[in-house]
Amino acid sequence: MGAYLTRRLLIAIPSLLGISLILFVVLALAPGDPFSELATNPSVPPEVRMALRAKFGLDDPVMFRYWHWLVAMAGGDWGFSFQSRTDVAALILGRVPTTLFVVGSSQVLALVVAVPVGIVAAVRPYSLFDKVANTLAFAGFSLPTFFTGILFILVFSIQLHWLPFVYDADIQATGFQWYWLHVKQAIMPVCVLGFFQAASYTRYVRSAVLDVARLDYVTTARAKGLADSTVTLRHIARNGLIPVVTLVALQMPAVFGGAIVTEQIFRVPGIGALLINAMLSNDTPVVMAVTFVFACLVVLFNLIADLLYGWLDPRISFG
Amino acid sequence: MNEQDLRGLVSEVRGGRLSRRSFVQRMAALGLTAPMAAAMLTHGGAALAATSADAAYKPAKAGGGGPLKLLFWQGPTLLNGHFSTGTKDVEGSRIFYEPLAGWDSDGNLVPVLATEIPSVDNGQLAADGRSVTWKLKPGVKWHDGKPFTADDLVFTWEFAKDPAAACVTVATYSDIKVTKLDDLSVRVDFAGPTPFWADAFVGRNGMILPKHVYGDYMGAKSREAPANLMPIGTGPYRCVEFRPADTVRGERFVDYHKPNRPYFDSIELKGGGDAVSAARAVLQTGDYDFGWNLQVEDEVLKRLEDGGKGRIDTVFGNYCEFLYLNATDPNKEVDGEKSSLKTQHPAFSDPAVLKAMNLLVDRKSISDFIYGRTGKPASNVVNGPARYTSPNTHYAFDIAAANKLLDDAGWAKGSDGIRAKNGYRMHFLFQTSINGPRQKTQAIIKQAASKAGIEIELKSVPASVFFAGDPGNTDTDSHFYADMEEYANQATTPDAADWMTQYVSTQASQKSNKWSGQNNSRYHSAEFDDLFNKAKVELDPVKRAAMFIKMNDLVVSANVLPIIQRGSVAGVGNKLHAVRSGWDNDMWAVSDWWKDA
Repeated sequence: MGAYLTRRLLIAIPSLLGISLILFVVLALAPGDPFSELATNPSVPPEVRMALRAKFGLDDPVMFRYWHWLVAMAGGDWGFSFQSRTDVAALILGRVPTTLFVVGSSQVLALVVAVPVGIVAAVRPYSLFDKVANTLAFAGFSLPTFFTGILFILVFSIQLHWLPFVYDADIQATGFQWYWLHVKQAIMPVCVLGFFQAASYTRYVRSAVLDVARLDYVTTARAKGLADSTVTLRHIARNGLIPVVTLVALQMPAVFGGAIVTEQIFRVPGIGALLINAMLSNDTPVVMAVTFVFACLVVLFNLIADLLYGWLDPRISFG
Repeated sequence: MNEQDLRGLVSEVRGGRLSRRSFVQRMAALGLTAPMAAAMLTHGGAALAATSADAAYKPAKAGGGGPLKLLFWQGPTLLNGHFSTGTKDVEGSRIFYEPLAGWDSDGNLVPVLATEIPSVDNGQLAADGRSVTWKLKPGVKWHDGKPFTADDLVFTWEFAKDPAAACVTVATYSDIKVTKLDDLSVRVDFAGPTPFWADAFVGRNGMILPKHVYGDYMGAKSREAPANLMPIGTGPYRCVEFRPADTVRGERFVDYHKPNRPYFDSIELKGGGDAVSAARAVLQTGDYDFGWNLQVEDEVLKRLEDGGKGRIDTVFGNYCEFLYLNATDPNKEVDGEKSSLKTQHPAFSDPAVLKAMNLLVDRKSISDFIYGRTGKPASNVVNGPARYTSPNTHYAFDIAAANKLLDDAGWAKGSDGIRAKNGYRMHFLFQTSINGPRQKTQAIIKQAASKAGIEIELKSVPASVFFAGDPGNTDTDSHFYADMEEYANQATTPDAADWMTQYVSTQASQKSNKWSGQNNSRYHSAEFDDLFNKAKVELDPVKRAAMFIKMNDLVVSANVLPIIQRGSVAGVGNKLHAVRSGWDNDMWAVSDWWKDA
């Protein structure tokens, strides 16, 4: 186990280096200039823009810039934003709480919906419940979040006036009111993201559980006269959900990465919104840091998923 | 229009021998509009009666107005106006920092931290145009309670001109010298006679920084200044919280220097999202009081206004959508570049073709059907202030006349219906950025041109590429590897000198300057260059205005076709009184905003 862990961690280093190099080169090759808005401002002479580019090292060779970035990153310096003129780490950390709250809640919602629905649908395949659940699941992951998001806004904000559609991460209230306002404004983004995710989880849970439900040991359990609920929960679900645990672990980086489209629609100040703004304004240090941290999380959670798998299913051993 | 006569009249008004009213009437007889005549008086030294926002401001005490909620679809990413790369940052900074003076909606200066606007008459403006003296308002305090003095101005100048600080305003401050005369006055010295003296410490480039806060963060250290994210200014609101690209929150500054201001107890600026939903939140649901820069089609805005919670407010500055006809040949490569200054466009070098193209742009339809209330047809490159706007131009849409011009000039239609002359077929490539209204404009022009035997091929490039100025990418507006292109430009000051830089031949975009020159149309005229250089040092405002008008007339009769003068559109809640100006930031007078109870 220890040797396995060490080996995996050592393999992670070259793959992360490779990822960072590719990201950096792609960003360097992409068209755009962080100071392009100055180009259309007649009172700013072109020389000022040139000087700014030179000052922020944009005119240096790509490999030279990459090396600088790598050394700084290794030393814990995530970079310096061109647009905000502040440390990228501060920008990202400032957005972690909101992202965790909104995207995390949506993952929880997705699981709370998907696991029971998937299990019930699998235990009684082709029943009316299964058919309805299937139809909804297909509809759920066929509808993109930008569509459901706007639909929700039109219905719940514009027509019914129930929920606000501008997310305010900095609510000026105290006590119960503060919690209530936070929950109220998070309902729509969390539901949009949660139901979308729940749709694919449901399909996955259903097929995983279905595989197990037909095995001989389940028949044996039933033959022993065990209660239906015991068979479902202890014998079917416990074994059937092992692959689902892996799937959820692999989804965890997405919780940190945020949800670009949904965050944009509801103005949720999360990491996804930070990333898309940075991309639009060619703020490469921010884009680089967010994507690289995301890559690290993917590598890390892959490892965690593998370890979890072995722990949950003792038949798998790490040699 | 004779300048000698004009000046004579202006001095008669000043001497009291001629009434303002009859002056305006006489000007009208000369074909000058009333606002233009009035503006000539201002710049000839006869001041206008104070017609500022003061008269309209009703609240009798500061505070008590509750929160002011602003929605920006792009949130500010930093709050130091000297570092801002985009308008959103300047707007955010302007809530907290103030200049000595700002520009009102007529393009006139209004004092903010200055006691009065310098002029030759009050002795603050040197007659030789080499210096200007500013007197500072006494008793102004920074948000931390420290007094505001001349030292802060000298410091701001030193801070901004330092190349190591990498300020975007460096050009404004690098060629001047600022001297403290006493605690409440400074003198700004220019390198030479400078007719446009109101750049440093004025408007969006003029935000004054506190010496006691930024003093330890000069040059390269400026990036570490905590005040970049938590400004301490003199503005009506004190910053309490800033989350980059998301929220800016301020509360009423109790020691604000203007009486009875500000009206609101707090200000909240929320950023992010898109323009349409921002318009919705102000116009339809009333969740926000103000929506910034609503670049949304007028049709959509009208539908949202039916919600009854707000209205749109459009102010006009010099913000114009242009169609440029390439003066050089985009199909011939010379010394490794196309559209080289050594070439001439085979069709657009013919004045008849330029005239015909001008007649084929249906400005009225473009204005009516695409821009609605947010734009009006333009026939000038300088569309304001009134004192610089040419009365001599007009626009027309006339396909028959265009056909006749082309026929007479020898551009004969071929068997395919497309005109040709000397082996050159009128097939033009027309490029612009990807933007709904621009693609529609392209289609309108293409359709009209096809009726005149001109074939237009349309091309649209993503805005992030088109405007990026990347020397390695030939799809940019500055490479102009096409026959025609359309985009908008916006003037940041009412003075037309900076604006005219776009048409000077020395600024032509080309390989040797890595396509960073501002003159993308490659317009060149010795007469224009000469006027441009003269206007730079001409101290007589009347004569200078006449020069700008002449320059305008030269450019629009050549390959530069103004199409639409665009307004800056904001959504304003029904009860809010927002003082805006097309010549300055939306937040330039946020201290004067108030709401009906």
